[in-house]
Amino acid sequence: MTTRLAHWTRKDLLGLRELTADEINFVLETTDAFKQVGTREIKKVPALRGKTLVNFFVEPSTRTRTSFELAAFRLSADVINISATTSSLTKGETLKDTARNLEALQADIIVLRHSSAGAPQFLASRLKASVINAGDGAHEHPTQALLDLYTIRERRGKIAGLHVAIIGDILFSRVARSNIFGLLKLGARVTLVGPSTLVPREFEKLGAEVSHKIEEILPTADVVNLLRIQHERQRREYFPGLGEYIRLFGLTKQRAKLLKPDCLIMHPGPINRGVEIDSEVADGLQSVILDQVTNGLAVRMAVLYLCGGIAT
Amino acid sequence: MKPEENFSAGVPIMDAEAIGRALRRIAHEIIERNPQLEGVVLAGIPSRGVEIARRIAGFIRETDKADVDTGVIDVAMHRDDVGTRRELPVVHASKLPVPLDDRTVVIVDDVLYTGRTVRAAMDAINSFGRPARIQLAVLVDRGHRELPIRPDYVGKNLPTATREQIQVCLQETDNEPDAVWLKRE
Repeated sequence: MTTRLAHWTRKDLLGLRELTADEINFVLETTDAFKQVGTREIKKVPALRGKTLVNFFVEPSTRTRTSFELAAFRLSADVINISATTSSLTKGETLKDTARNLEALQADIIVLRHSSAGAPQFLASRLKASVINAGDGAHEHPTQALLDLYTIRERRGKIAGLHVAIIGDILFSRVARSNIFGLLKLGARVTLVGPSTLVPREFEKLGAEVSHKIEEILPTADVVNLLRIQHERQRREYFPGLGEYIRLFGLTKQRAKLLKPDCLIMHPGPINRGVEIDSEVADGLQSVILDQVTNGLAVRMAVLYLCGGIAT
Repeated sequence: MKPEENFSAGVPIMDAEAIGRALRRIAHEIIERNPQLEGVVLAGIPSRGVEIARRIAGFIRETDKADVDTGVIDVAMHRDDVGTRRELPVVHASKLPVPLDDRTVVIVDDVLYTGRTVRAAMDAINSFGRPARIQLAVLVDRGHRELPIRPDYVGKNLPTATREQIQVCLQETDNEPDAVWLKRE
């Protein structure tokens, strides 16, 4: 597959909504090269030598932060981690002042996770440094969607024409939003599945289909992407209870039998075994959950190389 | 298309026949210099270097009935000018047979100029293992080295001025007839 885009020119990755299909494909192809680096005897390249990356996580995260951290190490960048509890945000410093301080430290790349949608845009428009969105509120989580796209493309050889079902808490999910933008741009058909409180018809405006009956969707899906039920974000009125969710929307062993034999089962993690997915299904042959983790590292290397590697 | 209409009215330096002769000669020299051909890996730098390596391997097969391994060595992530360009080209996946230890890797590229690409290629090769030796084959050596690097196999030595440009066209990579052009500003 050859890309039609000749060069990468963005310093920031804020979301998939503003990327073109060509730009998304460009990142996926660059990821091929960085995935190969992981198979070398020496898994480290000098691409970002001398650059400083700040992992700025105002919302807690372990897997995304460590994935970015390892990606930065493999690109020879120096890494500082700042989390919500160690940052002065808890002492009343504004995001703008924190940003100025990061700039004063001559940070070249800032990976930001924040509970407010739009926080990465705010920083990106004020700083010379590259800003990578590692999840902002319920808005976007672009590297997660890119690694999902990469995993689908790697396993199925293409994305266009595939039917992808995203199941669960769509309303509060930045992973779902970024996936919807990316999948539709690359020509997939997307169906969002879940209770009507969490999957409102509003999403049809984005170009996705909406269903509240999982059994009707599973038999035609080429990929099911199960989202974690985010207890911490749930308000009582959206959600009757875990038991009822499992009964209506959980991917149980029984329901998994409705899937096509080559349907991929994905999950951004961390998985709630026995809630959105049964243990046996999560560990089964159709599951590509651990491939997603491996590919996440390569995708983040590609994104850091591209955004952090251009002159600003 | 007439040659003089190509590459913005550049001067033709080599045509398809000359390129074929040069690569055939390089294949002979590689056979002569490397009695143990089975240990040789021709590692092309994308995208024309990969095609040139494929052709040299073909000439070696014709001459010696020996199959040499070929590979791809992308240098983008090993370059010393990351962070100084406003546009980044796509990086290709490298592909080399492993283990590389005790083998002879011949780096293959279309044009040798400053030597910085070759330095980056040597760095990339070392991350795959520790070859016994690394050699360098180029279709055109245009001079102006900025590093202590010299080629082992040269298709054509072409003294140039720095303001001139060399363009290699290969049917497979450029969808144009094989040719080497010199363009003066």
